Amino acid sequence: MKNDIILSGVGGQGILSIAAVIGYAAVENNLYLKQAEVHGMSQRGGDVQSHFRLADKPVASDLIPYGEADLILSVEPMEALRYLPWLSEDGWLVTNSNPFVNIPDYPDTGDLLDEISKVKNNLIVDADTIAKDTGSVRATNIVMLGAASHFIELPLESLENAIRKLFGRKGDEIIDLNLKALAAGREQYKP
Amino acid sequence: MAKLMLLGDEAIAQAAIDSGLSGMYAYPGTPSTEIMEYIQSSEDAAEKGIHRDWSANEKTAMEAALGMSYTGKRAMVAMKHVGLNVAADGFINSAMTGVNGGLIVVAADDPSMHSSQNEQDSRFYGKFAYVPIFEPSNQQEAYDMIFDAYEVSEKYKVPVLFRITTRLAHSRSAVKQKKQLQQKEFSLPSDLRQFVLLPAIARRKYKVLLSNYESLASDVDYQTNNRYIDGEDKSLGIVACGLAYNYLAENCKDRGCKYPVVKIGFYPVREDILARLKAECEEILVLEEGFPVIEELMRGFPRSDNKIKGRLDGSLQRDGELNPNLVAKALGLRSGYGKDVPDIVRKRPPSLCKGCGHADMYNALNEALEEYGPGKVFSDIGCYTLGALPPYNAINSCVDMGASVTMAVGAADGGMFPSLAVIGDSTFTHSGMTGLLDAVIKNAHVTIIISDNLTTGMTGGQKSHATNRLESICAGLGVAKEHIRVINPLRKNHEANTAVMKEEIAYKGVSVIISRRECIQTAARRKKKER
Repeated sequence: MKNDIILSGVGGQGILSIAAVIGYAAVENNLYLKQAEVHGMSQRGGDVQSHFRLADKPVASDLIPYGEADLILSVEPMEALRYLPWLSEDGWLVTNSNPFVNIPDYPDTGDLLDEISKVKNNLIVDADTIAKDTGSVRATNIVMLGAASHFIELPLESLENAIRKLFGRKGDEIIDLNLKALAAGREQYKP
Repeated sequence: MAKLMLLGDEAIAQAAIDSGLSGMYAYPGTPSTEIMEYIQSSEDAAEKGIHRDWSANEKTAMEAALGMSYTGKRAMVAMKHVGLNVAADGFINSAMTGVNGGLIVVAADDPSMHSSQNEQDSRFYGKFAYVPIFEPSNQQEAYDMIFDAYEVSEKYKVPVLFRITTRLAHSRSAVKQKKQLQQKEFSLPSDLRQFVLLPAIARRKYKVLLSNYESLASDVDYQTNNRYIDGEDKSLGIVACGLAYNYLAENCKDRGCKYPVVKIGFYPVREDILARLKAECEEILVLEEGFPVIEELMRGFPRSDNKIKGRLDGSLQRDGELNPNLVAKALGLRSGYGKDVPDIVRKRPPSLCKGCGHADMYNALNEALEEYGPGKVFSDIGCYTLGALPPYNAINSCVDMGASVTMAVGAADGGMFPSLAVIGDSTFTHSGMTGLLDAVIKNAHVTIIISDNLTTGMTGGQKSHATNRLESICAGLGVAKEHIRVINPLRKNHEANTAVMKEEIAYKGVSVIISRRECIQTAARRKKKER
């Protein structure tokens, strides 16, 4: 088993908390993993990505080779497209539909979503609205993780445990909110 | 023992704690920052009383670490690659003095310049100083090699360079912990002249250094970090240094590599395994992250030796970091590719945060300078370097820490008026103060803007040595009190701030404008904590 995932977004959108949840869940399942992160200058509103590699055997490269990602999980639509060279033929692209506009020449959102729809396996999720409806926009990331969880080879229960662990210090209310966000995201796709 | 999920940086930090570290010294710099941050946030390190404060710059950090070593205790100093330039005087001469307690110098290189102004390869510094270098390929090796590095440092009484690159520094994986070692007891050097590099003593010590370097190349205890892994197909032999080994392994998948491989993790490299590879194989491919160090060594002279492939003959690109696809190509393997990035995707460069004080400072500065035309502002290393990009286009240099102040002095000497520097608070106490003293001594006609956000912002908000000290530092260096001006960079103060800048630009002498407002990232984190 191997699961190569690219997490993408804009610096400050918090893709590393998604990575942390998957990481905890992977450890619970005794899987090997490598997770390359971006720190430093790019975090200032630039494009950021994390290569997340899960496997039942030791992982060699910290970076995913082109054409081998099983999943691109993006919290921003334009950033979802930036990593297409990595996506495998049968890989899934799962993205939030809400743009993060911090450049003057940001493209038209409709055009972006059209381009995303051309990808063979794509799932576009209005994660901001879903997160708002479940209680807080701050859980947008977890909604996205829920939507993408169908394509991550980890039991849902492990992801839930990981959320309990990650948000443990913040109290039951925050944990419940995030568990709801995960469930609401997961409903966005029926396998 | 426990398994931890650690960044390469954190694996080094945890290993240092576990191998009996007594003092950690560093100045923040991507990709090395998390080593100190991990030790600072470690409860274990707190209980053990490990010294772990940021230093003013890499040179002071290097020297403090050497002082810790003088007392017989284990020390570590960490920096980004260009930080080693700042620390170079101390580093090179620490090889001459040698150490008492084990001393590890971590240099985190940044090939592809993700967050740096060059991609220099620190292994050159190791050779330059004649000190051993460790270069781990993964997080576990990074952890394990720290133990070895302290041993070799104490065995040969020499500082050890520990070289990593961005990809390992910022990649996370499982690390198995070893049993913790005790900290060393306080014990002065047995020879109290060990650290006195008077020429007569230095000449003697240099011979020892050279002879030790020879011994290191054949020390079986540490040469185990360099391995010859045999393969059936001798049409090619591969040398893989540090992280590059992972990309080779990725391309060999489960079947293993059919070619003989020399895996390198320690320098100086024993010559026999490289010689054997060169003798047995028809061609050699050298995979290394950074400069062609081993490649040049194996090529020797003439450079036209076609047997050695790597970055010099174009088998691999000459610059930038490696990745699995580049290595696949060099191996003659087909590698996959998804789809091209659609044209609709725009570049998204880093930018100043919304509401950042640097932005308001630049808006005022641009207006104050309108009458003088462009090209008059030197700047420095930090978030405010983004002022070089639109919409500000406000600065004309970013060279090295502190260079804004001194370049402004030189340009004023050259007849430029006005001549300005924009420098951050932490960068100013790192390397700007001495330049300001130069300016004061010659009464240069320069205006220095210290954009004070009360933190070391770019690297994530570490404590700044400048906080609450800037006015007194500038006054102490001799800047006239009436020309040390403090402004608050807010949009509502734009006109007043522009006026202050105009006044000080016109003043024929050294003036300092401290533009002070807390970094909005730091402020947000602080408020969150206070809630």
